[in-house]
Amino acid sequence: MDGNERVFGDRSPGVEQQESTANFLSYTVGLGLAILATIASFVVSQTDLLWPPGVPVGLVVLAFAQIGVHLVFFLHLGSGSDNTNNILALAFGLLIVFLVITGSVWIIANLNNNMMPMPAH
Amino acid sequence: MLGRLSWAAIPFNEPLPLITMAVVVVVILTVLAIVTIKGWWPYLWREWLTSVDHKRIGVMYFGLGLIMLLRGFSDAIMMRSQQAIAVGTAQGYLPPDHYNQIFSAHGTIMIFFVAMAFVIGLMNFVVPLQLGVRDVAFPVLNSVSFWLTASGVLLINASLVIGNFARTGWMGYPPLSELAFSPDVGVDYYLWSLQISGIGTLLSGVNFVTTILKLRAPGMTYFRMPVFCWTALASSLLIVAAFPILTATFLMLLLDRYLGMHFFTNDAGGNQMMYVNLFWAWGHPEVYILILPAFGVFSEVIATFSGKALFSYRSMVLATLGICVLSFTVWLHHFFTMGAGADVNAFFGIMSSIIAIPTGVKVFNWLFTMFRGRIVYRTPVLFSIGFIVTFVIGGMTGVLLAVPPVDFVLHNSAFLVAHFHNVIIGGVVFGALAGYNYWFPKVFGFTLDERFGKASFWCWLIGFYLAFTPLYVLGLMGMTRRLQHISDPGWQPLLLVAEAGAVVIMCGILCQIAQLYVSIRTRESRRDLTGDPWNGRTLEWATASPPPSYNFAVLPQVETIDAFWEMKQRGSAQVEPSYEPIEVPRNSATGVVIAFFASVAGFALIWHIWWMAVVGLIGAAITLLAFGWSEDREREIPAPEMAQMERARSGLRRLA
Amino acid sequence: MTITTIDRLPAELARGHGGGGPAPVRTVVAYGFWIFILSDIVMFSALFAAYAVLSGNTAGGPDGRELFNLRNVFIETACLLFSSYTCGLGMLSAERREPGRFLLFAVFTFALGAAFLFIEMSEFAGMVRAGAGPSRSAFLSSFFSLVGMHGAHVTAGLVWLVYMVAQVLAKGLRAVVLRRLVCFSLFWHALDIIWIGVLTLVYLMGAR
Repeated sequence: MDGNERVFGDRSPGVEQQESTANFLSYTVGLGLAILATIASFVVSQTDLLWPPGVPVGLVVLAFAQIGVHLVFFLHLGSGSDNTNNILALAFGLLIVFLVITGSVWIIANLNNNMMPMPAH
Repeated sequence: MLGRLSWAAIPFNEPLPLITMAVVVVVILTVLAIVTIKGWWPYLWREWLTSVDHKRIGVMYFGLGLIMLLRGFSDAIMMRSQQAIAVGTAQGYLPPDHYNQIFSAHGTIMIFFVAMAFVIGLMNFVVPLQLGVRDVAFPVLNSVSFWLTASGVLLINASLVIGNFARTGWMGYPPLSELAFSPDVGVDYYLWSLQISGIGTLLSGVNFVTTILKLRAPGMTYFRMPVFCWTALASSLLIVAAFPILTATFLMLLLDRYLGMHFFTNDAGGNQMMYVNLFWAWGHPEVYILILPAFGVFSEVIATFSGKALFSYRSMVLATLGICVLSFTVWLHHFFTMGAGADVNAFFGIMSSIIAIPTGVKVFNWLFTMFRGRIVYRTPVLFSIGFIVTFVIGGMTGVLLAVPPVDFVLHNSAFLVAHFHNVIIGGVVFGALAGYNYWFPKVFGFTLDERFGKASFWCWLIGFYLAFTPLYVLGLMGMTRRLQHISDPGWQPLLLVAEAGAVVIMCGILCQIAQLYVSIRTRESRRDLTGDPWNGRTLEWATASPPPSYNFAVLPQVETIDAFWEMKQRGSAQVEPSYEPIEVPRNSATGVVIAFFASVAGFALIWHIWWMAVVGLIGAAITLLAFGWSEDREREIPAPEMAQMERARSGLRRLA
Repeated sequence: MTITTIDRLPAELARGHGGGGPAPVRTVVAYGFWIFILSDIVMFSALFAAYAVLSGNTAGGPDGRELFNLRNVFIETACLLFSSYTCGLGMLSAERREPGRFLLFAVFTFALGAAFLFIEMSEFAGMVRAGAGPSRSAFLSSFFSLVGMHGAHVTAGLVWLVYMVAQVLAKGLRAVVLRRLVCFSLFWHALDIIWIGVLTLVYLMGAR
């Protein structure tokens, strides 16, 4: 690239903003929220606070909360127009992750169910 | 000391491989000797091996693809010949052990080292030029990508002469690919060759996504990008999303084979169906990685040679992105018969039918582009028209196979083989050859011979139909794929027709070789002096042929789709701009050195030579660290030098 | 062909529609690394899928409930989370061109990451000693590969961190070094994100 680049306000994840105090606050608030969500995960998993059949769902929700905290407070992912490419890339990645994991689980469960009964070995 | 490598690895008692090996070794040594004697090493090192120029890298990828096409095609014609001969009591000339390695190598080479090489080569050369910029986002990474691919090629060719290749087919399904049933080096060659080149491909995907989204000429908004760049973007997004799945899957198989784990073994809870599932979760997006850039080529060629803008740019873009997303929702159709229930099969069957729709949109757009255009019937256009007919037929057989009950009859039959060759040859190969003929003058400064080009097209087209229509029929008659011996003599007439088709395709390849030879010999009469031999529409035609290393002295200001066409329509006096110094990337040996160590490590891991593997990995790591420390990666071309080069170029143009 | 020098562009072209010309190097590098991180996450998702599918295949051997020590997992989680925090603060110091504070936070990040690895290695060693190594069953193969792959990434991250500290000491907080630090911090935060997945899907669900 030559010196004729334009600074056009597009932001990439991880790059710090100008306001550094805002950023320190961002990290610290993020840490606090993440600690809360993490502890909540352990509590939900190890106690009966949540209705037991709902625990997996609760854990997944809390995991998304923790991940969201990381994306927003640590990686500074936002919803501004300068972040569109980053969000789209993330959305695409998440779609693929979802399809691979849920697709595989659904398919293999289905296949396993249709297996002949086998003697234990 | 040398792991399980010994003299027994060389096939002294098998004449065919031995002779092939001898010929290949002699050819390679002769080439190396000529290069050394003529003192070409400094030139090769400076201009090609350490080049990070996307144009050079694109040429090397495409050339690699052409060379590997020769090996892949040799495998093909050997298989055709065996099937034509080995009917009834006749045994043919290829024992099953060899035949199995040949069909495995044929598929692996054609997909990974011919088709991918063609597609990535075209994207490399064309995309930065069409975007109106000077290079990709990460030029050194681009070089690393190419050389890692070359490392994979080296390993897979080594399997021909040292040891053997996998006998599992190009997909490598367990349990056959597990240690218990394939204890020798074949599957390891397959796995390491593809892991290494897979890293290269993934890095290319990252490079092109970043380039297309972040590096475009000023004024080139997303909807002013050429359609080829949109398809390159979609293909690169698929590479980024799909190749890591293959990496993980091969890693799991490697862990089974090397560390005794149980992902896909018969015992201790392994599940072989998970391999098939994950393999195709990569495998289906892979075929779209191959076909989307080919679609892009056809969009460019058809628009240019019809003298019309592409019909409905927006629906083309939407169709491309639609295919990109949908390609991740169909993969189970590769294993309908593995035992999933009706609900799962129905879902994936319906999605597989739906994915044909955006392609249909594209086909109509191409037809409407040609309608009322002033079509110039040069070789790229012939390939495009041949593609439309052939690919539509192949796509229809695909939609037929997408119906699970039909697939229960036709899975792994010759019908399936005919289908995927139909779409890959009709789509990817024709697209690559169209792109080759179309952009050759831009790359090398002179057009290709037109007569041999047309001859090669007709041979490919006729040869394809002769070779594969019989397979459709045979598949419906019950013939399965990968047969080393044919027990039903009633199939032989059709197999002989297929053999004839293979011979006709061989003539097509010979025509291409002849075309290249003749074109080089008579190049002065076909020099491209204007840089725009086809009256093109997109920005690559605004540069000289071949373009200077920096592509554009001043980045073009883009205001419309088909930017170059609009610039020509508006016309202008040649205003000499004020040149400013520009920075261009320096050469780097990182790519070729990392690939060297990767090859060493790969070979060592295959043969269990652990100390050598450590050496290779440490060497690669050190090279990476050295690259990560370096800074001085660009050099400046000062303004007077730019002015001089540009004036010389426009002087040449005025002679035209 | 009209050759013009680049004029000032209308602002609306520069925002959102991508007409502003090539992006600055820093943006390009960070975005490229972000795409690479996403590809790495897809690779982990395939390993997660394998774990999800194979976690019940214990082949008569031990399962998660017997093997997982949640107290250690909690400490590991805390180590990684705090190391992400210190990494972030280190990046802030680097942006403000304060090498001393950056180095301090880098040391904390390293120490916390190393603590994580130490606990994880001990856990693995203990399991292997108890006959629950990766070759015992498909469940254990997928467990060791998924968690081990994450650990291998953490190890690579620590090596990278040392390397970056060396670069900062040798070259100072120049633009090129800062770009590489941005890539490192993206990597490190992504590893913590993946750990959240491991924590939830492997340990918390597996220990029930």
